[in-house]
Amino acid sequence: MNVIAAEGLSKRFPRVTALDRLSLDIGPGVTGLVGANGAGKSTLIKILLGLSPATEGRAAVLGLDVSTSGAAIRERVGYMPEHDCLPPDVSATEFVVHMARMSGLPPTAARERTADTLRHVGLYEERYRPIGGYSTGMKQRVKLAQALVHDPQLVLLDEPTNGLDPVGRDEMLGLIRRIHTDFGISVLVTSHLLGELERTCDHVVVIDGGTLLRSSSTSDFTQTTTTLAVEVTDSDAHPDGTGALRRSLSEAGVKLVGPDGLDTQGLPGAGHILLVEATGEETYDLVRDSVAGLGLGLVRMEQRRHHIAEVFRSDESRPAAVPAGAVLQKGSGRDEH
Amino acid sequence: MSTETGAAAGSDTSRIHNIGYRAYDGPRLGRAYARRSLYSQTLRGSFGLGRSAKSKVLPMLLFGVMCLVAAIIVAVAIATPGTTKLPIKYTSFAIYLQAVIGLFIAAQAPQAVSRDLRFKTVPLYFSRPIEHGDYVLAKFAAMVSAVFVLTGAPVVILYIGALLGKFDFGDQTKWFAQGMVSVLLLSVLFAGLGLVMAALTPRRGFGVAAVIALLTITYGAVSTVQGIAWSTGSEGAVPWLGLFSPITLIDGVQTAFLGASSAFPGGNGPGAGVGVVYLLVVLALVAGSYAVLMRRYRRVGL
Repeated sequence: MNVIAAEGLSKRFPRVTALDRLSLDIGPGVTGLVGANGAGKSTLIKILLGLSPATEGRAAVLGLDVSTSGAAIRERVGYMPEHDCLPPDVSATEFVVHMARMSGLPPTAARERTADTLRHVGLYEERYRPIGGYSTGMKQRVKLAQALVHDPQLVLLDEPTNGLDPVGRDEMLGLIRRIHTDFGISVLVTSHLLGELERTCDHVVVIDGGTLLRSSSTSDFTQTTTTLAVEVTDSDAHPDGTGALRRSLSEAGVKLVGPDGLDTQGLPGAGHILLVEATGEETYDLVRDSVAGLGLGLVRMEQRRHHIAEVFRSDESRPAAVPAGAVLQKGSGRDEH
Repeated sequence: MSTETGAAAGSDTSRIHNIGYRAYDGPRLGRAYARRSLYSQTLRGSFGLGRSAKSKVLPMLLFGVMCLVAAIIVAVAIATPGTTKLPIKYTSFAIYLQAVIGLFIAAQAPQAVSRDLRFKTVPLYFSRPIEHGDYVLAKFAAMVSAVFVLTGAPVVILYIGALLGKFDFGDQTKWFAQGMVSVLLLSVLFAGLGLVMAALTPRRGFGVAAVIALLTITYGAVSTVQGIAWSTGSEGAVPWLGLFSPITLIDGVQTAFLGASSAFPGGNGPGAGVGVVYLLVVLALVAGSYAVLMRRYRRVGL
């Protein structure tokens, strides 16, 4: 059964169309919902929780119609908002117990589930201290715990990695993965970072401007050709190190993306970055050997992810490269349509 | 964190933490239960119960003052030989101690509603079975109950004292009932106004200031103008002026219908005719407060 099914879902405000005839089916597992700010992610979540009626179209969550069974859906679904939502003067335990009761759990069950859930998200002794003293990572765990405490069948996580450092980000992503694999709860997680979701999700849905850009399994994404960004220093022998390496790599038969390493505008060191199409392990070795052979310093060699909108426009030849995990700016995808 | 999981299914029995995820298949009690839980949590919270020791100080202190004053009045009445009734009327008690009630509401109404708004906890409620109507109802009822406990307890103490003093049972019971109706009305009106002020000012400090301003400044202004009106010979205006502050509204209603003596200048309270206007204004204010709260929370959402 589909966890979420939407058919021709539209949401129009007087001046904005937030969702435009969106149809999608999301099965069990971890699903990523990607879109720029303002792409319609939050509107979709509101409709799915039965809090905001759709202008037209239908949607069902766990087989329940959102327009008629809102309360029943909200009893079976957990929601973790993007923004800060925790009062600082109570402990995590008190707060999560209260939220469990708000979900309809009897007092004893609420206490037991709270203890269990806080342990599962990785909060131990600190759960008795006021939340005000927690780090961002700990607060995110409390927010996650309150979404899981009533053992929902589906959780909606809105930007759960926001504000976390790389380690915290990895831990949170691992935790999200476990929500499905260990807890058996389906997850819909939103992000504007595609690279992040690729690591966690079974399936990724991209919406932009309120319409479905594409919905496909994560493995489809990883098949896209990897582009390497290479930056080198100049040396006395090669005053233009970038040019020398370009010539050297061209002679070796490596395909360079763009005639001049175009589309690097806006990146640090733009103009000194070569974009190389990697066909496999040997490309990395070749770049390394070429750089060493020329006696240049290798500043960086990293994988680049295509611009999110470009990933889904396979018919177009000109890929604009953006670092993996690049933040989509508001409406960036829309401008190009 | 992730090291625990492996053991969930497996062999590591030496670590007590390593129990896997357990699903919950017990009862889910739904909206009415959630509403009741929110009510009791808010009511307890307004006396600092279930909160930090620091937040118990003020409400408990104010509650103590209310009860202590009532106890002293009772003690004086019983200790003085030959008294046949309490030195003050049941209905006058809340009027005399209005400053304490005002402080309580100013401190507790923001804690009941502003916290959820300020720390954006409201979306967590509305992503659960309850809806904004349930939320407003629970918060409103809890605040009314809290003020009623604060104002009703001393009236009960007075009544018990009166019975211990063997004052006339029939009279005392009638007056006590009138006093309870009066403080109930006061609780509903003050709680409503306090919650509206608090809900419209999410910053707690401003909320406190707004509630105090609403309760005391209007009273100060009304009683000053009433005093001027009375001393300049326009006694007829005094009852009408009382319509413009919460505490004088209650004073007017209980003078007209609940056998109270008005604290207006010269005891010049409204009669039954003007009293109806008082009652209508009180009811309109309560209904208005409720409507404003509903509107406020309809807009918060996620």
